[in-house]
Amino acid sequence: MTEEEQKLSPKQRSRRNFLGQSLFTAGAAIAAPSLLNSCQNKTVSASNALVEGETMIGLKINGQLKTLNIEPRVTLLDALRENLGLTGSKKGCDHGQCGACTVLIDGQRAYSCLTLAIMQEGNEITTIEGLATEDNLHPVQTAFLENDGFQCGYCTPGQICASVALLEEVNNGSVSYVTRDLTNPPELASLSESEIKERMSGNLCRCSAYNGIVAAVQQAAGQTPPSPAASIEHSQVG
Amino acid sequence: MKNFTYVRANSIEDAVSRATSDRQAMFIAGGTNLVDRLKVFLDEPSQLVDVSRLEMKQIERTNTGSLKIGALVTNTALANHIEVRRNYPLLSRAVLAGASQQIRNMATVGGNLMQRTRCPYYYDTAFPCNKRQQNTGCPATTGMNRTHAILGASESCVATNPSDMSVALAAIDAVVEVEGVQGKREIPLIDFHRLPGNNPERDTNLEPGELITAVILPPLSFSQSGVYLKLRDRASYAFALVSVATALEVAGDKIKTARVALGGVAHKPWRAMEAEEFLIGKAANKSNFEQAAEIALQDAQPLAHNGFKVELSKRAIRRALAVSAQGGGLA
Ligand SMILES: Cc1cc2nc3c(=O)[nH]c(=O)nc-3n(C[C@H](O)[C@H](O)[C@H](O)COP(=O)(O)OP(=O)(O)OC[C@H]3O[C@@H](n4cnc5c(N)ncnc54)[C@H](O)[C@@H]3O)c2cc1C
Ligand code: FES
Ligand code: FES
Repeated sequence: MTEEEQKLSPKQRSRRNFLGQSLFTAGAAIAAPSLLNSCQNKTVSASNALVEGETMIGLKINGQLKTLNIEPRVTLLDALRENLGLTGSKKGCDHGQCGACTVLIDGQRAYSCLTLAIMQEGNEITTIEGLATEDNLHPVQTAFLENDGFQCGYCTPGQICASVALLEEVNNGSVSYVTRDLTNPPELASLSESEIKERMSGNLCRCSAYNGIVAAVQQAAGQTPPSPAASIEHSQVG
Repeated sequence: MKNFTYVRANSIEDAVSRATSDRQAMFIAGGTNLVDRLKVFLDEPSQLVDVSRLEMKQIERTNTGSLKIGALVTNTALANHIEVRRNYPLLSRAVLAGASQQIRNMATVGGNLMQRTRCPYYYDTAFPCNKRQQNTGCPATTGMNRTHAILGASESCVATNPSDMSVALAAIDAVVEVEGVQGKREIPLIDFHRLPGNNPERDTNLEPGELITAVILPPLSFSQSGVYLKLRDRASYAFALVSVATALEVAGDKIKTARVALGGVAHKPWRAMEAEEFLIGKAANKSNFEQAAEIALQDAQPLAHNGFKVELSKRAIRRALAVSAQGGGLA
């Protein structure tokens, strides 16, 4: 650690490390607003043409229009990681079974390993790299840091993207399998632990940081998460 | 994944005509099942016809009081639609029981109906499989068959249909609307999927080239009593070992109509018609529910490792019926 870094609070330090690893995307985030306007049009290139072999496609990622040359069989996850260098989205299983590749497509969470990049032309894609603004982590990122919502960190980009979408879904009155009365969806303030677990079940954590993840979602939802010691008792499935 | 050509259909007719003229072409909608299958070479289409941008995304009331669900409505949109939550709670609950939020956001109603079995032998091309390639054999009949069928299976295939949504649709008496080059036709949900017989390679009665355009839910006056109970190896994000959809119409102290459908037990969503008939005119009580459960499973033929499904199904039926009798809700 440099002298300057030692003066920073732990939170600022982690922000630094985070930035160091994602300079490329920080740039993308800065450029976002102006480019967003220029690519709001939903028309899609190559519409209706038969695509054979490599083709140039345009993807709107974190507010920037990116063009890439790919075959139709390339998944969105591979396009992000291999073609665009956006390695924040992780490949855990590549079969829709782990959630590490979770991104937001038009604000909705989705597994980027189960969709073809070419199918996503014209849609707004947000990856973990697009959540923070220049100086501020997304509140969900902060909540994961402050509640130990990870250990190795491999599942974390997916967990964070999923949590961001979860908050939005609850705000929009969405129901889950464990919602008792389907005509009376829970609100963020009253979202129970079993609701959070059910709604986050599409993201596995091999390190089993689940208590911290639930606490992070609780904090981001405006609730007061239990202290880490208390959450051990809470962890019995509710 | 083998390479393919890709095209976005610009109309239903366009999609249907492409898939009819090229028998190696396949539709893709949400991609959550097909992309997975392509990756492990279960399907090697020459052409992918992307139907995801077609106009089949509406949920609307018909003039006969039915609810018509476009084939491209996402599983999330279906489960959260206010009319579905109010009037078909068992469908909402069944859809929410499936997969994860991410998959439900991507998955469509048409794709859900067409998803293929999760039999591990089907998924692993190192094994033979009659469903993948006719007359190659079924390793599941003598192999690991804990998750396989106990009802309606054949010597050539013991796979189960993995869809939760379809089980609720079977209980609701839904109808599938499809369109081919010959025009439109409607197929009752319970006749849509097939038993394996000697042709396990065919999951459904959809003809080559036909596109699912909608699913129609007839009005169901007693739908509030609807229950969907799913039992699985973990509490969420897992396929059903056994699931059950029930609904009861009780008049006075007698059952007027009963619906009982099972998932995870057969090659298709399984309507327990004999159990339903038994319940008509009976009191909605524990002993009648027990007898109905016995009747529903009387023809069960468990394999070496899935005998537990017989008892599990009976208990699930009893529990779901009891909750239906109390007015429905979370079982
Ligand atoms: C990890 C995992 C867990 C899952 N768990 C569950 C579960 O618990 N319960 C459950 O029910 N499901 C589960 N699913 C399956 C999921 O519900 C299906 O993958 C999804 O519903 C398929 O819809 P789709 O639109 O993505 O279909 P696609 O993948 O696009 O297509 C699937 C098939 O349907 C055909 N098709 C698509 N649309 C049409 C149409 N309109 N007309 C004719 N054919 C069409 C395609 O050609 C393809 O063969 C799970 C999936 C995964 C990956
Ligand atoms: S990598 Fe996509 S869900 Fe595991
Ligand atoms: S933090 Fe290691 S997998 Fe979740």
